[in-house]
Amino acid sequence: MTAYLLKRFAIALATLVLASMVVFAVLEILPGDPARLMLGMNASADQVELLRNQMGLNAPLAWRYLHWAGGLLSLDFGRSYTYSVPVLDLVRERLAVSLPLALIALALSTIIAIPVGLFSASRRGRAGDTVAMGAAQLGVAVPNFWFALMLIYVFAVWLRLVPAGGFPGWGAGIWPAAKSLMLPAVALALPQAAILARVTRSALIEVLNEDYIRTARAKGLPYRAVLWRHALRNAMIPVLTILGLQFAFLLAGTIIIENVFYLPGLGRLVFQAITQRDLIVVESVVMLLVAAVIAVNLVVDLSYAVVDPRLRSRQ
Amino acid sequence: MRLWKTILAAAVLALATGSPTFAARTDLVIGIPLEPPHLDPTAGAAAAIDEVLYANVFEGLTRIGQNGEVLPDLAESWTISDDGKTYTFKLHSGVKFHDGADFSADDVKFSLDRARADNSVNAQKALFAEIDKVEIVDPATVKVTLKNPQGSFLYNMGWGDAVIVSPKSADTNKEKPVGTGPFKFQSWSKGSSITLVKSDHYWGTPASLDKVEFRIVPDAAAYVPALLSGDIQAFPFFDPESLAQVKDDPRFKVVIGSTEGETILSINNKKPPFDKLQVRQAISYALDRKAIIDGASAGLGLPIGSHMSPANKDYVDLTGRYPHDIAKAKELLKEAGLENGFKATLKLPPPGYARLGGEIIASELRDVGINLEIIPVEWAQWLDQVFTKKDYDLTIVSHTEPNDIDIYSRKDYYFNYDNPTFDRVIADLNLTSDEAKRKELLAQAQKILADDAVVGFLYELPKVGVWDAKLQGLWENAPIQANDLTKVKWGE
Amino acid sequence: MTMHIDIPEETLSSILAKAFRNTAFVAGFVITVLILAMAVISYVWTPYDVTRLVISDKTQGPSLAHWFGTDHFGRDILSMIMVGARNSIAVAFVAVGIGMGVGVPLGAFAAARGGLVDEALMRINDLVFAFPALLSAIMITAIFGPGAVNAIIAIGIFNIPVFARVARAGALAIWPREFILAARAAGKSSTQISIEHVLPNIATLLLVQGTIQFALGILAEAGLSYLGLGAQPPMPSWGRMLFDAQTRMVAAPWMAIFPGMAIVITVLGLNLLGDGIADILDPKSRRQR
Repeated sequence: MTAYLLKRFAIALATLVLASMVVFAVLEILPGDPARLMLGMNASADQVELLRNQMGLNAPLAWRYLHWAGGLLSLDFGRSYTYSVPVLDLVRERLAVSLPLALIALALSTIIAIPVGLFSASRRGRAGDTVAMGAAQLGVAVPNFWFALMLIYVFAVWLRLVPAGGFPGWGAGIWPAAKSLMLPAVALALPQAAILARVTRSALIEVLNEDYIRTARAKGLPYRAVLWRHALRNAMIPVLTILGLQFAFLLAGTIIIENVFYLPGLGRLVFQAITQRDLIVVESVVMLLVAAVIAVNLVVDLSYAVVDPRLRSRQ
Repeated sequence: MRLWKTILAAAVLALATGSPTFAARTDLVIGIPLEPPHLDPTAGAAAAIDEVLYANVFEGLTRIGQNGEVLPDLAESWTISDDGKTYTFKLHSGVKFHDGADFSADDVKFSLDRARADNSVNAQKALFAEIDKVEIVDPATVKVTLKNPQGSFLYNMGWGDAVIVSPKSADTNKEKPVGTGPFKFQSWSKGSSITLVKSDHYWGTPASLDKVEFRIVPDAAAYVPALLSGDIQAFPFFDPESLAQVKDDPRFKVVIGSTEGETILSINNKKPPFDKLQVRQAISYALDRKAIIDGASAGLGLPIGSHMSPANKDYVDLTGRYPHDIAKAKELLKEAGLENGFKATLKLPPPGYARLGGEIIASELRDVGINLEIIPVEWAQWLDQVFTKKDYDLTIVSHTEPNDIDIYSRKDYYFNYDNPTFDRVIADLNLTSDEAKRKELLAQAQKILADDAVVGFLYELPKVGVWDAKLQGLWENAPIQANDLTKVKWGE
Repeated sequence: MTMHIDIPEETLSSILAKAFRNTAFVAGFVITVLILAMAVISYVWTPYDVTRLVISDKTQGPSLAHWFGTDHFGRDILSMIMVGARNSIAVAFVAVGIGMGVGVPLGAFAAARGGLVDEALMRINDLVFAFPALLSAIMITAIFGPGAVNAIIAIGIFNIPVFARVARAGALAIWPREFILAARAAGKSSTQISIEHVLPNIATLLLVQGTIQFALGILAEAGLSYLGLGAQPPMPSWGRMLFDAQTRMVAAPWMAIFPGMAIVITVLGLNLLGDGIADILDPKSRRQR
């Protein structure tokens, strides 16, 4: 088991290192000069060169990579070209929006999906199941940014219940801040909930067909009790796997939604940084997200191994 | 439907914690489209920096008023020597920077010398190029000597890039700007907003507003919802295409003003076939300015026929030079030996006027046989490929700098235009301070550009401002990109 | 030597009979065929010319002349949706093609060889998976410039590991089967076995995954176009139409509603089709995401 763990960790680390090289290389070939962008149309070539030197852009490639990667290890992500503040501070500020948003969306999607999945599984093939799964199909098919636009016009413009966008900051109080995350969270949660409901349903149905459930039923346990006490618990593994992946997706995949609601989150930070050629921010945030995904995958892998020892021996 | 709305609204209102205030408001939330990269107007070209700080936090020797006039600012008066080379500025006394430091002639010398130094990263270094030396006469008097007389010197000193900073805070202005203006910087929540508050010991008339928040709203789609929900009370630079949604709403005031933004279809004059005059003229004939203004700018914006704002006193109307005439355009192309048309690229930077206008222009040029491939680019790429490397055929951009007809005489400018006659006119202009003579030279310059069809002159970018009907004192026009809040207040 | 495939007991007619009783399949099939037909018809006929701008007709509401209204350049929205279908389908189709073309051989190869090769290939797979797809697509288009072709590449790359995983998982389940052992005993190479025996048996899995990725591809293309990184004008695309619509939601809601519905219906149709196929051909196959 220890050997297996070590091997998994080693692989995760190697993936990280490889990913850092890929990220760095990709940004090297990104056209556009950050120094020219900062100085604009009226600056001379000499001025641009001067600024490039000041920004350390003229150092050799390998040196810059090692400098950056070394910094990452000691949690020193460097300074943003455009904002001239430590990248870590920027990331921390943006995570204060993206993390709660992802968590709220995840919570919402779970709250909707699990009961729907349970309901559908317990009424498999009947009208209720068909309607619920039809709705889930529809949910999967709706682009979240289009759904977001529709939400804005109903709840912000027409009913004026919540702000149309923007984020007042947690300093403005929990309620105003949470309120401005509500529509984005709903827009993000819907397609995720639809996916999760389908996974929950099929996982439950699979478990319900297992022998021990039949035994439990045969013993005269009420259907409801079987469903909740035995089936749901055992169906949780695939559901949790999907949840983990969705969380990683939500952290990074909110770019469009953050743009629609103009939220200062991580996704928009990267999107803006790409257009402003704030390479150091792009590199660092992408690495952070990649690390998050790798960590989630590692946990998922390990949990498989714990659940199913056969997987270990096969390796 | 109506009932549902009421019930729903009531239900959530019960949950919401709203505390309405009835006193006259002293706070304001302004929407701006782009976030400033940093907050030092002397170290960056981004218009967003001035949109937040100009006249509010930072002040210069002179400043530019809402109609483009030069006004005294930190300099209360000045005298100009007879040869036009020496300017003596008398400064206001009792002025303090926001960090408590006293303002004096030292700061003026420091700021101007810093801006024109060899290692300066001032984005508009050319503004200071004519300065020979800056001398301190006494703490309240500064003498600036120029190498040559310069008609536009006082105007230049009113630019955001020429504001006066303190040696103590110059290096930290990017993060924490310290100026002498009626507002001082309070906080910057990156990606979201910048907050200014009233300065307690301002030397001039204090501002009416206590607190101003500049909220960054990059997405034009969010403008209308934000206004309707009351989150943001003013968009000084509104998206013309969204105007239909608010213009009949009595809660808002829509103000259409002028800018110095000549929106043009830039042409690479050295790249075949655009090096042929007939081809450039054919393009000018093919353009239907009315359709472009209607489609890209909601019908707002005045057509132009050369590189000068119709609001400018020296403007000459040359819009009749190339009427929309497809037959004529085809004929000219035939003369140039291109009767079968040709292919070219059109690189479009992000603003709406470029992306929308580009689609229309591509369709119009297709009518005369010129097939354009549209390539959208970000600003970084535009500056790199189009502006610096001149790797382009056609592009659309609005030149928002005021009085900038001289760009056509600049060597190596991205138009690749080279006309000694035009250069001579501009050289004469720089040495002339007589108003009548200047007017004549400027008229000549405009005419040469139109005759040569150097670029496709489209229209003057309008300044479309939308704000709460109770709000007073915001600028109608935008001679420079700024949001001067010194006189803004809430009415009843 | 006969090929062994796992759906042999049913005849074609019984499969068809099953298909017509499967509501999901029928609905999905009908929708997909209609969308495809719309795209094909747009090559020969649309109500209006979508390359022609009629500024004087801008943002007109739905009417008899323009069923779905006109956009900000006075173009007919119905015609644009028809032509836009072409773009969405082409981008998603080619992206799925790239994913299958590269991913399936990789996955099958990994399963056939096992050991270090398998391990290495799957780690590279994980590496691609670890990159946030949309973000990477944005970076790709930032480097190569926005456009339909680059959108295809960006979406296609992220389809590769999906198909590699599905193919590998499917193949691993097939390899221990008796008919493979028999083929081995007959002296066939693992490449031969992969092509002749493994692939036909995982075809259903791949087909189902293909429809899912196709649907996801349409959503991804819409997202990229919405950010301005997909197909460029004058080529209409659904995502771009939504982008143009969003600043005009109050004044011209039809500009957003109809293209949005086109996306929803198409994706829904493809997903239903995928579900239907999975149910009919292999009730035990599980959909992977």
